[in-house]
Amino acid sequence: MSRKAVEIQIEDLHVSFGSTKVLRGVNMVIEPGEFYAFLGPSGSGKSTLLRAIAGFGPTPVGRILIDGRDIAKLSPWKRNVGMVFQSYAIWPHMSVKANVAFGLEERKLPRKEINTRVGAALELVGLLQFADRMPSQLSGGQQQRVALARTIIIEPDVLLLDEPLSNLDASLRVQMRRELLSLQRKLGLTTIFVTHDQEEANTTADRMAVLDGGIIQQMGTPQELYDKPANRFVAKFLGTANVIEGTLHRGENGDTFRINSGEVLNLNSNGSVGTSLILRPQNIEIVKSRDGNDLITGKVKHREFLGSQTRYLVEAAGNELIIDQKHVGGVDWYEPGMEVSIRINTQNAVLL
Amino acid sequence: MTTNSVAPARMRQWRIFSGLSGTALVGVAVTIFLLAFLILPVLKVTYVAFQDPSTGALTLHNFGDFFRSSLFRSSFVNSFYVSAMSVVVATVIALPLAYITTRFNFGGSALIQSIGFIPLIMPPFVGAIAMQLLFGRNGTVNLLLSQYLGFKIPFMEGLNGVIFVQSLHYFPFILINLSASLRNIDKAMEESAQNLGCTGFRLFRRIVFPLAMPGYIAGAALVFIKVFDDLGTPLLLNVNNMLAPQAFLRISSIGINDPMGYVISFILVAFSVFSLWASFLFMRGKDYSTVQKGDGGLTRRDLSRGEKVVAYGVIIFILLLVLSPHVGLALLAFGTIWSFSPLPDGYTLANFATVFEQSIQYVTNTLLYAGLAAGFDIILGTAIAYIVLRTGIKGRKLLDYMATAALAVPGVVLGIGYLRLFHSLDVPVIGKPLASWWVIIVIALSVRRLPYALRACMAALQQVSLSLEEAAENLGASKNRSIRRIVVPLMAGGILAGFVTSFATAAVELSATIMLVSTNDDAPLSYGIYLYMQSPSGRGAGAALGILAVVIVGLGTYLSNRIIEKDRARKAEVDLPQ
Repeated sequence: MSRKAVEIQIEDLHVSFGSTKVLRGVNMVIEPGEFYAFLGPSGSGKSTLLRAIAGFGPTPVGRILIDGRDIAKLSPWKRNVGMVFQSYAIWPHMSVKANVAFGLEERKLPRKEINTRVGAALELVGLLQFADRMPSQLSGGQQQRVALARTIIIEPDVLLLDEPLSNLDASLRVQMRRELLSLQRKLGLTTIFVTHDQEEANTTADRMAVLDGGIIQQMGTPQELYDKPANRFVAKFLGTANVIEGTLHRGENGDTFRINSGEVLNLNSNGSVGTSLILRPQNIEIVKSRDGNDLITGKVKHREFLGSQTRYLVEAAGNELIIDQKHVGGVDWYEPGMEVSIRINTQNAVLL
Repeated sequence: MTTNSVAPARMRQWRIFSGLSGTALVGVAVTIFLLAFLILPVLKVTYVAFQDPSTGALTLHNFGDFFRSSLFRSSFVNSFYVSAMSVVVATVIALPLAYITTRFNFGGSALIQSIGFIPLIMPPFVGAIAMQLLFGRNGTVNLLLSQYLGFKIPFMEGLNGVIFVQSLHYFPFILINLSASLRNIDKAMEESAQNLGCTGFRLFRRIVFPLAMPGYIAGAALVFIKVFDDLGTPLLLNVNNMLAPQAFLRISSIGINDPMGYVISFILVAFSVFSLWASFLFMRGKDYSTVQKGDGGLTRRDLSRGEKVVAYGVIIFILLLVLSPHVGLALLAFGTIWSFSPLPDGYTLANFATVFEQSIQYVTNTLLYAGLAAGFDIILGTAIAYIVLRTGIKGRKLLDYMATAALAVPGVVLGIGYLRLFHSLDVPVIGKPLASWWVIIVIALSVRRLPYALRACMAALQQVSLSLEEAAENLGASKNRSIRRIVVPLMAGGILAGFVTSFATAAVELSATIMLVSTNDDAPLSYGIYLYMQSPSGRGAGAALGILAVVIVGLGTYLSNRIIEKDRARKAEVDLPQ
């Protein structure tokens, strides 16, 4: 089943439902064999984009190139783009075997070959012994495997997964995302999946695109997007972020950032400019010592114990800062109401 | 599309439409059919109503003539009076039943369900004569009353008879709609009002009644229109001074050039459209379905012993009333002579023998016509449902409206329109005008039943999640293939139920049929019943035919319910996550 993986290229894609613009100029390149995620809140256009690649929804303006061929105006059945639907869309009137064989029947393959390939596909997803069952006799996870087998059996150029894990319960979700990833690696298929869950995207995707309001906010690897968010939306959507407003001052001995409440932080801006400093909770720490010129005093407002770490809400420098302290054991924490000193580690801060 | 075997002329025709997709082509064909057999006949009737019969010029003269005639004036008033009173009487029957089922923990709700179901399996005109023998001046009830109590009640005198028969037949429409909207009121609606201090009758008046109103109005409007348009019942009860019988009598006795039949037709259509429009206006923006997930409905309470007795008393009384046409019909069919006596003199199977010997063609014709009409309906219904719900073809809503508009066209009017439009249109090969060929009856039946079949098909299609179809297309099935392999098989249960409903109701339709039957050999059951019932000596055989009709409709209704239930059970098994 290994075939040459293909590249997907999307050029200036616009999609509107009536007068509502849902996608407003999407440009992207997905490399051959990549496991790519479309991440965004509901209404961001991520599903519309995926469905446009499969050929569903309003006809888009712009180009969708798969292996160099523009498919944007083709009928869905002429694209050879495999899609696994969010609801799985298993046809309830056909057995598992019949569901999986469907695509090959449409391609008019000889019955013998269909049977062999159905067997192989079902074996791949571990459902061989369920071939003669009706969909109503399957669990949610099994139904998803059927949907997967039904799609990959046609050897699509591209695999599209619409919220593939959203209908599974939490424990199954972790197992299934590993299986999806290893299956994708085995097949070497260029794969796109849509999700609103950043953890899901972070754990599986090679690269991802964050969408909001029909526009791609940022593309890159999960780490790049987490560490160097291009804007506040991306920063906040990918995990927790503290945003501190202030002004940047360039100086001979390095730059400084003057927080609006008066405190001054040393900073290496690397030439970037901006008025907000984006800080992850783990880039701020609460320290025991009371003196030191880089310390800011604050007051603990709230505390949440999360197991491997403790999350504090500290009022300091005119902001309510979220701070994560690693928890290694023993009772070593700060009570709400306590005065504390905090140190802001600007080395990994992002200026926007 | 196989093009290699078609003639060149055909191919050129196809090329004209080459810009259209397959579904759009089907849409065009359906539109042409509806224009020819629904819209055009009604427009023609309207046009003739405003036309001077001798000169052909447009005029309001015919309407002047209509209102100058005292017979027509009284017909108009009578039709209105009968319809309004039927709504009132039907409400009186339906209200306690709806109230008992929705507000109390009542063991006999199966009983109420069957009460709401029994009348529907017998068209009112079939039981009309039997009702006269039970409730008429010298019928069973009045004979017993005068013998023991010394007075009679004029149940069946003149218009009373029509009102009595019609409301007994049509009250289920109100019962079903009213109970549904009562059941759709969430408990929280009532509880929050109680929480704010509103109880008892005030709670009913301010919360329950307004929330249930849309359902009641929907049912009441339907009853009004059905009674206003009905031809068979007044005709069989020999009440001719109403609008629909007048239209029929004018056209059948004076001829298709008499303008009065058209004026009456126009008034019938106008009234139907007006009532539908008025109920639509009333209900706009009032979708009060408030039930949240989980169990809904108003708080029910247990009945006390005394209340239970009253409830069962009311229900059994209504059950007896509802069963009376069926019982009467059976007595008539199996009885020898039944006249001036509470019950027939003796019992026999002779009537059925007569029917099977002399007039079995009525039954076979009915099976053929209703079968063809219902088959045609589900094809049209599926096509329209798909086009309306699943394509972006321009004007698709119009197709839906057109097909549904058949609801507002009384059978008499459609029949008159066909006669006028097709009496001089000869069908090639058989050398008869289209208006007197039996196929026209099939067409009339399918147009009349299309709205019901269309609703069934739409409901069935809405059950089929769009992603099931998309998944097929994604795997390489073209539009046509995925419709054939996925959509239609999944709709099958609903479509079949639509077929059976169409079939069962078409089998006993009289008002359009009676206008279009040209020879006795082409006549269906309903027409046969009408003919037999004309003379006292034929009543027995007519009733026997009526029993056959009831069996066909009852069986059809039962089957369609079974199919729907099975289909629902199967769908419920595959719990597709949304």
